[in-house]
Amino acid sequence: MNPELNRVELIRNRRHIGEWVTLSLVLLWFFILILIPIFGIIRETFSQGLDAVKTSLATPASLHAFWLTILLTTSAVILNTLFGTILAIVLARQNFKGKLILESLLDLPFAVSPVVAGFMLIILFGSTGWIGSWFSSMNIKIIYALPGMLIATLFVTFPFVAREILPVLREFGPEQEEAASTLGASQWQTFWRITLPTIKWGLVYGVTLTIARSIGEFGAVLVVSGSIINKTQTATLRIHDQFSDFNYAGAFSAALILIVASFLLLNFIKHIYKTKGGNTS
Amino acid sequence: MNGIKVENLTKKFEDFVAVDDVSFEVKEGELVALLGPSGSGKSTILRIVAGLETQDRGHVYLTGENVTSLDPRKRKIGFVFQHYALFKHMTVEKNIAFGLEVQKKNKNLIKEKIADLIELVKLNGHEKHYPNQLSGGQRQRVALARALAPEPKVLLLDEPFGSLDSKVRKNLARWIRHLHDRIRVTSIFVTHDQNEAMEISDKIIVVNRGRIEQIGKASEVYEHPKSKFVASFVGNVNVINGRTQDSQIALNGTEGRIDKKTKDIPDNQDIVFLVRPEEVSIKRTASKPTSIPAVIEGIHYRGSFYEVDLRVGDNEIKSIIQKENYKKNPLIVGERVFILFTQFKVFEASEGHQAIHRMLKQLGYIE
Repeated sequence: MNPELNRVELIRNRRHIGEWVTLSLVLLWFFILILIPIFGIIRETFSQGLDAVKTSLATPASLHAFWLTILLTTSAVILNTLFGTILAIVLARQNFKGKLILESLLDLPFAVSPVVAGFMLIILFGSTGWIGSWFSSMNIKIIYALPGMLIATLFVTFPFVAREILPVLREFGPEQEEAASTLGASQWQTFWRITLPTIKWGLVYGVTLTIARSIGEFGAVLVVSGSIINKTQTATLRIHDQFSDFNYAGAFSAALILIVASFLLLNFIKHIYKTKGGNTS
Repeated sequence: MNGIKVENLTKKFEDFVAVDDVSFEVKEGELVALLGPSGSGKSTILRIVAGLETQDRGHVYLTGENVTSLDPRKRKIGFVFQHYALFKHMTVEKNIAFGLEVQKKNKNLIKEKIADLIELVKLNGHEKHYPNQLSGGQRQRVALARALAPEPKVLLLDEPFGSLDSKVRKNLARWIRHLHDRIRVTSIFVTHDQNEAMEISDKIIVVNRGRIEQIGKASEVYEHPKSKFVASFVGNVNVINGRTQDSQIALNGTEGRIDKKTKDIPDNQDIVFLVRPEEVSIKRTASKPTSIPAVIEGIHYRGSFYEVDLRVGDNEIKSIIQKENYKKNPLIVGERVFILFTQFKVFEASEGHQAIHRMLKQLGYIE
């Protein structure tokens, strides 16, 4: 080994004092905010042994809660991907009066507290509410039932897909789509072959955020669902319920499952992006 | 009528009239330039012909068929965009194949066609490359091949060389002219560059403020401009201020007089006249009564010619002298000489002269 080269290498690797400070700060922050809490959850989960975890997770109520979370998440992803995409395309490609207002309203779910959103839905869809009374007369229950929970989940996850796609559509502009139309492509062909591949990664990211938010949603769903065991209790509501009942093994084991599921999902998408996202754009 | 015909096209964007009652024809196989400054409405006209923009009034005919209310995808046009608009997620050959694929053409035919077009635009070896791996000139050739693939009835090019640097631009412009000589597809191309328009088009349509100022061959538009705008926009030009007196023109701030040439303008009227630099000849002696005394203020070597700055009273005038002529008779800065205008055009100063002067300054034709 050339000693001269080695020295150069050493100098290059030497950090400034400022870099040491910032790095330590970041690591400390990360440790306090993320690693210690996760470690705490894992410790609590297994503090009463593996059997306690198994029994509390295998109860019908827990299984139903997980099933409900999966159902709500899947429905929210499908519906908001569809409408979010259409909304983004309309906002990016069409001009109409009130467009700016509509676009600023799109951020409302970010600004409104989920609990407040839940109460809004009760006012609207409750059995005496403006719209709810009509459904009530048709014998359809919205609040304290699945439809209300879906609406609440849709509301809080509404902006993600549209917000991720919109800047991509704006950046690319209408030219590629116009080129496709002059080459004889129908609107449908243009969407599948030009627009969709263009917004693909924005869409993937928007869907990821929607999934993560749907799984973790608590406030709005709590208000509109009433958290009825075996009926309207989602996984997060179940965790809260068990925690209140001092069933820590049950609460933390469910929490751990949600954490692992979200973590795996995020990394899976990151992995796909790394292996496939780089080569075309 | 097998070419392109547009009748009374009008398009407003809110209060702004972008296209104002425009009519013209392009014969089959012609390559026509729509020439005008930016914001003149030339691109809007082209986009209306393509169906990418909807006109408020007027009709568009392509190869005799009224396509006024037809979708762009049904007009059988090829469109080349200024910024290429290539499909970024597709390779060169996929880009070229797109038009044929959406029309569900036979796979073998598509393959043959791609090979032919790759050959035509000289992109052999780049078939599997993505647009971001190509240079600007190559990208524009892909865009051209893609537009030509479905065998369009007309080809429309919107500032096709606009985002290329000047050398690539010149080569590509010439190459397109040669290509057009071979394939003879009726074409319109939009440009703000008069040299480009003169070099490659069969006919020039000069557009200003949404209206057509003149239609003609390059030489006609250059030598016999119908308006002050055309004269000043097409080619370099000296804008000289003067006044009509005793059926002659007096140049402001000097004793020099020239013949008026036109009887339309009465005496004692402010006028501007436009002279191209190559039409200003410099003499050491006053040969005619209409020779005008001038002082040489600067001499610039420009490769094949010399550019000479002259002061004539209140006016600054540029002259161009070919190198071989200059060498026979070299000039000195500060020398007193006489100039003659071999050809010029006179316009009344009142007709928006100030506005044109400002525009020419912006374009950098005058200082």
